Amino acid sequence: MTITDETPETIDGAARVRQRGDNAAVLRLSEAEAAVIGSDATTPDDDERVLLNMGPSHPSTHGVLRLMLEMEGETVIRSKPVVGYLHTGMEKQAEQLTFLQGCTNVTRMDYASPFFTELAFSLATEKLLDIEVPERAVWIRMLMSELNRISSHLLFMATNGMDLGAVSMMIYGWREREEVLRFFEKVTGLRMNHNYIRPGGVAADLPDGWKGEIEALLELLPPRLEEYDVLMTGQPIWRERLQGVGTLNTDEALALSATGPILRSTGYAWDLRRDQPYLAYDEVDFDVIVGTYGDCYDRYAIRLNEVRESMRIVEQILDKMPSGDYRVQDKKVTPPPRIRIDQSMEALIHHFKIFTEGFKVPEGEAYACVESPRGELGIYMVSDGSSTPYRMHVRGPSFINVQTMPHLMRDSLIADAVAIISSVDPIMGEVDR
Amino acid sequence: MSDETAAAEEAEAEAVAVDLRYGAAVSESRGDVVLHATVETYLEVCSEARADGFDQLIDLTAVDYLTYAGERTLPGGLTPERFEVVTSLISHVRRERIRIRTQVSADEPTIPSLFDLWPGSEYLEREAFDMFGITFADHPDMSRVLMPEDWVGHPLRKDYAVGAIPVQFKAASNER
Repeated sequence: MTITDETPETIDGAARVRQRGDNAAVLRLSEAEAAVIGSDATTPDDDERVLLNMGPSHPSTHGVLRLMLEMEGETVIRSKPVVGYLHTGMEKQAEQLTFLQGCTNVTRMDYASPFFTELAFSLATEKLLDIEVPERAVWIRMLMSELNRISSHLLFMATNGMDLGAVSMMIYGWREREEVLRFFEKVTGLRMNHNYIRPGGVAADLPDGWKGEIEALLELLPPRLEEYDVLMTGQPIWRERLQGVGTLNTDEALALSATGPILRSTGYAWDLRRDQPYLAYDEVDFDVIVGTYGDCYDRYAIRLNEVRESMRIVEQILDKMPSGDYRVQDKKVTPPPRIRIDQSMEALIHHFKIFTEGFKVPEGEAYACVESPRGELGIYMVSDGSSTPYRMHVRGPSFINVQTMPHLMRDSLIADAVAIISSVDPIMGEVDR
Repeated sequence: MSDETAAAEEAEAEAVAVDLRYGAAVSESRGDVVLHATVETYLEVCSEARADGFDQLIDLTAVDYLTYAGERTLPGGLTPERFEVVTSLISHVRRERIRIRTQVSADEPTIPSLFDLWPGSEYLEREAFDMFGITFADHPDMSRVLMPEDWVGHPLRKDYAVGAIPVQFKAASNER
């Protein structure tokens, strides 16, 4: 795939997504204007376009996504995702919390894959602190990330199946995800919102018998994934419903800043784990899954096979997990072990300082990013030398991927719009933050 | 007046000393390449970067430096302003990232939109407008995205209070 600078003025290039005005797929209409149109009591003619509201409380909009759809009969012409219903000002909140407390805040953004936001936050903080975490912490972080990718994609399988009428799939996906969450609970104490990955390492070492648990998990999952193949992948109904629906080409995906499965479904192999490796991803062996047609089916198949790749990575982590410390022994960053507090006045002071005032982070700015199940998740952090971030910005993959929806939906049926929302897999907690 | 010309000359002399890329001063921050632009040079720097293979806009945000405690020195003799628009670009072929920091004054917080270069900037620019009140000229839909349409104020500005819910404590009063 070569990237050309000149955009061809045809429908093949990215010109389609650059359109403004009435021809654009994006409906650029304010809510006030929409309300005026909506208050028009006259019955529309048969060939007239009507404005249809979908959400924010709708079973297939994954939380509180609202869509304004301009319809011609049953065909969607233009559409506008309306977001912000879950906005809680987390970026503002982050400026009030210390770097140690920050993880409890960011972990609530993408609640289906909390480890990734924690990881990006920690990596950005460590970049500013200029510290290197011990080998074991790196591998524990990798293990938890990959297991989280599995659980997040299983959740996608469940909701995607439900949205498209394979209702039993919802129960199956949830069932397998629960097995992974059970392991998370054992390690971190919580099923979600873990606050486990922290600046300087992880909160606690892996519990006794963790290897056995993961081996059991790796044994349990493959036959279940085979079942999914029988239930969905090979099914003619499933294929009819998804193939050729909601297509996007590579130029358009790149132009729209799409990342993750949406970009890879167009046949463009870009995965930060392979292309800009962080943690120790350059020491494990895995494939980047790409699609061909950029349709809903490819996005489904990519996620299903990414579960298999993540299991491959987890297997390798089992063999390679190094021994050693699970956090950096820097008195200014990590709290001292409990036993030291009884013995040393200095340890007591450090402990007190870290939890009241927080540790100070040198002045500067940094951007750290990870490949989350939804695409590139980045944190841009500015520190002015105090113990709270001066500014923390999250590049949420869901927020940016929502932009692709009007382009995917253009000229498709409203029933396919449901499939498209599902295949973009937005997590509204991260879209709205 | 003469002071101003002297300052401008000084700035020019400084500008020569730093590395330039796409006509913008380059610095390095924690291993990342950072370009420094002004509102005037912003669009040109971005289009040159795009022509040079930076095919995707990965992130765009803003920072309000109103209460920044540290010292702010910029290469190339640029004057620090209250707002900064931070644009991250990626070149997939070279696996390279750059960040463009653009100074935007508080008096006239307007900067050109990147929509025609990368249509993916649409939501990110709307977010920056919503949170900081920075207007992106020639943007197809300069409206709020996260806050309600009729909201007043821009929450991520430093002079926008955090707000608190009053809690009534039943503890003893301060009078002792």
